[in-house]
Formats: sequence, C-alpha cells, structure tokens
Amino acid sequence: MDPTYQAVAEFAQRWGLIYFVAIFAMVLAYALWPSRQKQFDEAARIPLQED
Amino acid sequence: MANAIAPQKNMTFGEGGLSLALIGLAILSIVIAAKAYTPEYAFHAYLFTAASIAAVFAIINRYFERPAGKAPLINADGRPNYNMAPVKFATIAAVFWGIAGFAVGLYIALELAFPALNLAQWINFGRLRPLHTSAVIFAFGGNVLIATSFYVVQRTCRARLAGDLAPWFVVLGYNFFILIAGTGYLLGITQSKEYAEPEWYSDLWLTIVWVTYFLVFLGTVMRRTEPHIYVANWFYLAFIVTIAVLHLGNNPAVPVSIFSSKSYIVWSGVQDAMVQWWYGHNAVGFFLTAGFLAIMYYFIPKRADRPVYSYRLSIIHFWALIFLYIWAGPHHLHYTALPDWAQTLGMTFSIMLWMPSWGGMINGIMTLSGAWDKLRTDPVLRMMVVSVAFYGMSTFEGPMMSVKIVNSLSHYTDWTIGHVHSGALGWVAYISFGAIYCLVPWLWNRRLYSLKLVNWHFWISTIGIVLYITAMWVSGILQGLMWRAYTSLGFLEYSFVETVEAMHPFYVIRALGGFLFLCGALIMVFNLWKTVNSEAVAGEADLQLQPAE
Repeated sequence: MDPTYQAVAEFAQRWGLIYFVAIFAMVLAYALWPSRQKQFDEAARIPLQED
Repeated sequence: MANAIAPQKNMTFGEGGLSLALIGLAILSIVIAAKAYTPEYAFHAYLFTAASIAAVFAIINRYFERPAGKAPLINADGRPNYNMAPVKFATIAAVFWGIAGFAVGLYIALELAFPALNLAQWINFGRLRPLHTSAVIFAFGGNVLIATSFYVVQRTCRARLAGDLAPWFVVLGYNFFILIAGTGYLLGITQSKEYAEPEWYSDLWLTIVWVTYFLVFLGTVMRRTEPHIYVANWFYLAFIVTIAVLHLGNNPAVPVSIFSSKSYIVWSGVQDAMVQWWYGHNAVGFFLTAGFLAIMYYFIPKRADRPVYSYRLSIIHFWALIFLYIWAGPHHLHYTALPDWAQTLGMTFSIMLWMPSWGGMINGIMTLSGAWDKLRTDPVLRMMVVSVAFYGMSTFEGPMMSVKIVNSLSHYTDWTIGHVHSGALGWVAYISFGAIYCLVPWLWNRRLYSLKLVNWHFWISTIGIVLYITAMWVSGILQGLMWRAYTSLGFLEYSFVETVEAMHPFYVIRALGGFLFLCGALIMVFNLWKTVNSEAVAGEADLQLQPAE
C-alpha cells in the first residue's frame, strides 16, 4: 500500500471521527442547554406571528 | 422638498449590467446556432437567443414603467414590503410542471405495460423516462421549493426579498433551464447520468441561476429584522448550498466543442459511479428531503396554528440529517466494483439515518398534539400530516433496502421504483400539494374555493399511491425471486423474458395508480383555478387570531 495513502487515510479516519463527534456534541449542547428554553419557545412561534 | 423636483430616471447597475450580459449571450448563441454540429443543438442555441432577447425587452419595459428613483421600498407602512410576484410565478409553474410530469409518468407506465405505445423515437421510454423524473423532481419539486423558500424566508425573517431583478432571474432562469433540459431529452441530448442528464451548457446555465438563488436567499436572511433564523430557513439553506456543491461535483465535463452538445465527464470508471451516486442520493437527501422538511417546519405549524412540537428536536434533526445523509450514496453500488468498505460505509450511514428521519417525522406529526381534531375537519392539514407519515414509511424502507442482503434481492427490481414513489408521491408531492393549497389563497388573498374538492383530491390520489406502491412491492419481490431461482441442476429456472411477462398485471395496476394520482392533481388545478378567479376575498373570519401569551 502506498504510504501516502495510508497516512492520509489514517489522518482522515481518526481526526474525521473526532471532528464530527466533537461538532455534534456541540450541537447537542447548544440545542439542549436548559437556559435556552425560553429563546427556543419564542423561535417556535415565529411562523405564527402575523405582521 | 426633495419631491418637488422630479428625480432623474436612471437605469440601475443591475438593469444595465444584466441587459448587456443578456445581449452578449444572445450574440454568442446566434454564433453557436450558426455553426452548431447538430440541428438539435442549434435549436437550443436559438432558444437561448430568443429567451435572452425577450428578457432584455422585459427589463427595458419594466424600466420605463417603474417610477424614477430608487428600487421598491424595503418597508412600507412600518411593515416589510414583501415581494410576492416571483413566488406567484413559481407556484403557477409548479402546478403546470406537476401536471406535465404526472401525465408523462402515466404515459411511460403505460408504455411499460403496453410496449406498442413506444410510437416514435422522441417519445420512447428511454427519452420520456428522464423527462418524467426531471419534470416531477426538478420542475415540479424545484418550483415548489423556490416558491415556498422565497415565501417562507420573507415571512420568517420579516424582510423583503433581497435583490430587484435577481429573484426574477432565479425564477425565470430556472424554468428556462427546465425547458432546455426537457426538450433536450426528447431530442436525444443527454449525458446519461441519472437525475443529472442535462448536458454541459445547461449545467453551466443552472450554475449561474443557482448561485443567484443562493445570494438572494442569503441576502434576505442577512437583512432580517427577526433576530432568530427560523429552522425552516436552515433547511432551505442546506438544500441550496448542498445542491450547488453536488451539481458542481458531479458535472465537470469537457465539451467536444463549443459548437457541440456532446461532452465527456472528467470522472472515469468506478470513481464516476461513486461521484454519480454521491450526487444521486444527496439529490434525494437535500433536494427531496431537506427542502421539503423546510416546508413541513413552516406550513404544518402555520396551518395547525400550533408551534412546532419541539424546537430543540428540530435543531438536532437538522444537524443529524445533514451530517449523515452525505455519506449514504454508496448503497446504490452494492455488489459492484466499488470497494467493499465503501459499500459497508454507505449501508451503515443509511441505517443511522433512521434516527434523524424518524425524529423529524415525530416532530412534524406531534406538532398537531392538542389539535388532532383538525385532521378531521381540514383536509389540507390531513394531506400534509399523511405526507409526513409517508416520509416516515419510506425512510424506514430505504435504510432497510440499503442493507446488503436485502439489496441483493431488491436492487434492479421494481421494489426500488415502488420505494421511490412512496417517497415522491406520498411525501414530496403531498407536502407540496398541502403547501400549494395554503399558498394560493394567501398569495392571491382569496378563500380556498372548496375544501370538499381537497378531500376528493386526497382520497383519490391516496388510493392511487397505495395501488402504485403495493403493485411495485409485489412485482419487485416476484422479479427478484424469479431472477435468483435455480433448478435442481443448477440452471436458472426462468429466462429473463418470463420474468418480464410476469410483471404485466402489476404494470397495469401501477398505471391505474398513476392515473388516479393524476386525476387527483387535476382536481387540485380546478380548485386552484376557481380560487384565484373567485370574488371571495379572504375575509375577517379567515384571519387567524393571535393566541394570548
């Protein structure tokens, strides 16, 4: 196997996994943070407000 | 006091620049038409010429008719001065292309059942099939997405659509792309990549239109007066951005000559196959799913007059969906030359997609909690909720079919076609119909002509969908089992033509299902026609009351 391929594949697999899991954990934290409840409740009402 | 002096009327930079660019395109097209290798390509070049000249005349007419001074106000009477004319155009175009696409679908279903209907080269199955798929996905679905996205982004950002000519360029330019693509298929111009059949010059045109679409959408989001970007806009933005990336990734091609419609794709072999299905499956994921989920997140809450069930779930739904979908493409290439690990990767991500898909489905359906009675009284809402149920069903079926062992039975059979149509008819078309039934009365300020007719539309086309998908399940599994049946001596039990013969009754049932679906859509057209042309202006009673908070 070409060593360059091996190196790129290892880098992509290891750090790709870590990167995606970390970003997704940040998304979960953002979405589930208790103090944002009020903000999200208001956001959910955006379509219902007439102007 | 500034009003005392009539301001001098000048062409804006956009009006002048676009006119010049279109004049340049018209001249280039005439040269190409004169030197084109084939008459079909010359015909397309003439279409470009005619459309460019017509557009220049339209811009100049508009310039003479508009008042002098700046472009239309962003705000009028303290409210955003919404720009709904392009939305109206796209809505009408969606309905028109929808009927055309469904009718062509019915015809090719009949061609499969009765091959004698392949009357001439222009209307044989091979040419009409991409016409059908592009007409329903890109022409019908695309116009629904453009119409609803331009509507929703304005209403939820409380801002006028960005750009003056740009929204019109997007709407008209996109429909011109559809015209070029569709006539090209009939004339035999294709690059033979599924769902990406248009040749290089149509692809270039679509790129310009799509980048403008992106800028208009983003520009509108950036001038919003509502601090939060509502979740539907996230889905629309993901749809627009990803389709741009997919289109550019899948279509790099080298034309034989600028005077030829023929081109060669730069990818080759299994890489080409992988890129094609990375594109193909994400066309499903981001065009037919993310875009229509945006419709779900605006129109179902609006129609039910309930906030979305869980806004938090909608955020997780969004990110999980876009993280996972992009990897699912290899499941279209099971048991091919594609490396095994890539096949397994595609299968694994497809199975993981169950979670965001069902999360989204639950979020959409549960939005009705506390308002379930509306399902009985409001057939428009019922249509949208049933569409979300179909979404749940086909996103259950899809991951199951991506499992390699299941795929070894289902692939290349009619089961795939049944699966696609439970998603396309049940989910995409139904949520679109629901959105159109909402949009037309809102845009034209009318009362919907008849809810009873919506009910008829709903039931007739639901029976059509059920006939369609059940026929294809039976046909597909039968076909798959016949292909893999061996005799005791190890020979194939059935010749290929025997399996084709066995399909016939199911093809007839499928065509009947398609006929019913088309009938339902024609009822919708009648209903919308009567709505727009009625005198009944949406009255006080129709205004939704603001709930106390």
